[in-house]
Amino acid sequence: MTTTTEPRTEAPEPRPSDLSVRELARWAWRQLTSMRTALLLLLLTALAAVPGSVIPQEGVDSLKTSRWQDAHPTLTPIYERLGLFDVYSSPWFSAIYLLLMISLVGCIIPRLGVYWRALRAAPPAAPRRLDRLPAHAAYSSDESPARVLERARGVLKGRRYRLADPVEGGDAVSAEKGHLREAGNLLFHLALLFVLAGFAWGSLYGYKGGAIIVVGDGFSNNLTSYDDFAPGRLFDPDVMEPFTFTVDDFAAEWLLAGPRAGMARKFEAPLTYRAEPGAEEQTYDLRVNHPLSIGGTDIFLIGHGYAPVITVTDGDGNVAYSGPTVFLPTDGRTFRSFGVVKAANASPTQIGLQGELYPTYGFTQDTGPFSQFGDALDPFVSMTVWEGDLGLADGTPQSVYAMNTAKMTMLEKDDGAPFRVDLRPGESVDLPDGLGTVSFDGLERWTRVQISRQPGIQLALGGVIAALIGLLGSLFVRPRRIWVRARETDDGTLVEVGGLDRTEGGDPAEEVAAIVAALRGDGPDRPAADETGEERDA
Amino acid sequence: MTDASWETLSNQAVAAAGVVYFLALLAHLVQWSSLRKVPVGSARRATADAAGEALQDAPVAVLERDPGEERRTALFARLGLLLTVLACGLHAVAMLGRGMAADPNRVPWGNMYEFTLSGTFFVTLLYLLFYRRLGLAWMGPLVDGFVVTMLMVAVIWLYDPVAPLTEALNSPWLVIHVVSAIIATGAFTLGGFTSALYLLKARAGDRSTGYLARLPELPVLDRVSYRLHAFGFPVWTFAVLITGPIWAHQAWSSYWSWDPKEVWAFITWVVYAAYLHARTTAGWKGRNAAWLALLGTATLWFNFIGINYFSTTSQHSYAAPEAAVVSPVDA
Ligand code: HEM
Repeated sequence: MTTTTEPRTEAPEPRPSDLSVRELARWAWRQLTSMRTALLLLLLTALAAVPGSVIPQEGVDSLKTSRWQDAHPTLTPIYERLGLFDVYSSPWFSAIYLLLMISLVGCIIPRLGVYWRALRAAPPAAPRRLDRLPAHAAYSSDESPARVLERARGVLKGRRYRLADPVEGGDAVSAEKGHLREAGNLLFHLALLFVLAGFAWGSLYGYKGGAIIVVGDGFSNNLTSYDDFAPGRLFDPDVMEPFTFTVDDFAAEWLLAGPRAGMARKFEAPLTYRAEPGAEEQTYDLRVNHPLSIGGTDIFLIGHGYAPVITVTDGDGNVAYSGPTVFLPTDGRTFRSFGVVKAANASPTQIGLQGELYPTYGFTQDTGPFSQFGDALDPFVSMTVWEGDLGLADGTPQSVYAMNTAKMTMLEKDDGAPFRVDLRPGESVDLPDGLGTVSFDGLERWTRVQISRQPGIQLALGGVIAALIGLLGSLFVRPRRIWVRARETDDGTLVEVGGLDRTEGGDPAEEVAAIVAALRGDGPDRPAADETGEERDA
Repeated sequence: MTDASWETLSNQAVAAAGVVYFLALLAHLVQWSSLRKVPVGSARRATADAAGEALQDAPVAVLERDPGEERRTALFARLGLLLTVLACGLHAVAMLGRGMAADPNRVPWGNMYEFTLSGTFFVTLLYLLFYRRLGLAWMGPLVDGFVVTMLMVAVIWLYDPVAPLTEALNSPWLVIHVVSAIIATGAFTLGGFTSALYLLKARAGDRSTGYLARLPELPVLDRVSYRLHAFGFPVWTFAVLITGPIWAHQAWSSYWSWDPKEVWAFITWVVYAAYLHARTTAGWKGRNAAWLALLGTATLWFNFIGINYFSTTSQHSYAAPEAAVVSPVDA
């Protein structure tokens, strides 16, 4: 048994200025690691998390964010300065949780030492007066004190108490249990650090990207294949797994009746993939909630849409553009979609088309054309036609889903109304002025996949599971001390049992009663059946 | 049975459960109002009777009250409890009916209506389960009143016909995630009641008649509240920080993406952690801790109700599930 009770000797008397700095630092550290500070930092964390749920966040939904910014021109610069569009990686949010973590470390480390010592210390000797304890019971017996104490040791051992070594001539037994409560609490707090580490690792070194892939097309995992790509700050492209895959098909089931008529489900995109060049070809049915994992990378199915196959033949009779063209849904329910076609090779002048696709065409005077349903039952495209300079030559990057019409003119009919290309699959139309022909040859589908790599995910998951286990120990293990004293008196042996529950509000009375019953031998609670005590308070 | 008849059964069971909850509430009100003017000395006995505990060893001589009234109080207490049990059974039937009415059959928490139905069910169930262990007899009128109100709100404003789940909701993790979130919500709600009563009773001081005076002593309320929260917190941790992220990872490719619903679940978690800390911090014990518990309840319910209406970016849209999952791409 070793207990270090000697307080550490102070350093030689420091000079006043020295003292104040060190004292200040020490004072600050004590403040930072105090329970009250932890509490305030927790509340501050909660408060700081609020704005990000009200203001659209760059990292969550960038489109919504830019729309919001357009709608609030005065607030936007202020919010921007405060980092309110990216709260969870803003300096002030980070500062709060880093302080919390420092406070946590400062809190845990000394407690680990205390715990270690407590673990090795024997249960303390019995207080002089057991009847002052929160729970106390006494009875007299005709057994000898030594015999009673002997049995008490057995009973307490049976109830999984740790006992102090018997002292020569002692009249009491000291017992203790429930060290796991503190262990659980420490585990919980420590595990939180690991969760944070895992989370940080994933967001610094991981990446997340999306790509739209027309059915039949392939994808190979390198930066150029992605439509959008969000790397962590320390991301290294060399870690990207060199897999390739082809989207072989896409199917969905459309509900025709019922309260969710029009909704699609059972999305399924069968893939053929190779984990690396030269590896064996494998297949996988990619579905929602069923990502494909290749190495540390996961591929998720998150969206779908239509790609009409459009061919533009120019004025010279050459095919200037042909192929499935991805149209993006502007309405998630009916799949009314928008898209552009850029026939940059057309001559005599470049031709652009932009307009909408209606998977199931509908028309009323009030609404104009619309889509009745998301499934492609009666597909129809309606596009305006532009001639001039598509603006592709000057090197500024352009989205493939939008057209820069600054240097283009829209074709008009004789009455001044826009000339529209209105087509069903298989149809074609001649453009005015001998510019060429546009045909709608068929409808393909595309899927949108999200591909992400989040290292540290196991660490984070292991961390929360450990935290939960620790939490259960911390909340439900009851640390208890029990003392049994037996003394010779005039009318036999006086046996006293006292108990202390070291958690606030814990009530050791039942435990003491059960121990007394076991000692007297008239209770149901013989050492063999000792389950009840622990369970009761869970 | 056909899907339609399951749905009808569910609707009828909700109505029946509402009526029975209301009757239970009335029984409890009669019970407490007949004690209204009686000073507290004899009240603790009445509460104990209601818990069905101290009946045999009650010292009859202590009673200064009319034994007829005493019996009536006990009778209504028991009637209230019995009706609550019955209502809880009907409530369970209503949930079962919802699940069976869907094609394919599923767990009944696909939208706000179903979530409210299940949430209130677990409030009642946990109340009944903890009734004895934590001595919750005094909570009867609150639970019945709350549940019947929420059921009315659900039926009038939130009702949604039975519909298939959107694709991302179709996962075993949904079942585990939501059932644990709902259980924790139930426990936190009961804990919130207890903390609210703690504050009211603390403010009321030493009154000797009325409902507040008849509640358990402040330290007991504090402990009951702690026990309920201590039960709820690990369950919430499991729901929000383990199963939620696992499911989010599978459905949305990111286990934590600061979606508003996630943010508020996190806020709730942090506030309850603060509550647990507060209970052991000098200067924060008791009253401040109780306020924190109420703050926790507020964030919890705001997350359920508020976020669906106020936030525009939540992927957890129970309110408008169509657009939620396989979502259109905006360029
Ligand atoms: C990341 C932030 C933190 C979280 C989420 C957190 C959470 C918790 C929870 C849930 C408990 C309850 C367990 C119980 O009642 O036994 C607890 C207890 C405790 N925490 Fe923290 N904590 C955090 C930071 C800290 C810090 C910084 C300190 C140091 C000052 C600290 C010190 C303690 C102590 C001493 C207990 C035991 C209280 C008791 O006796 O029950 N915690 N914590």
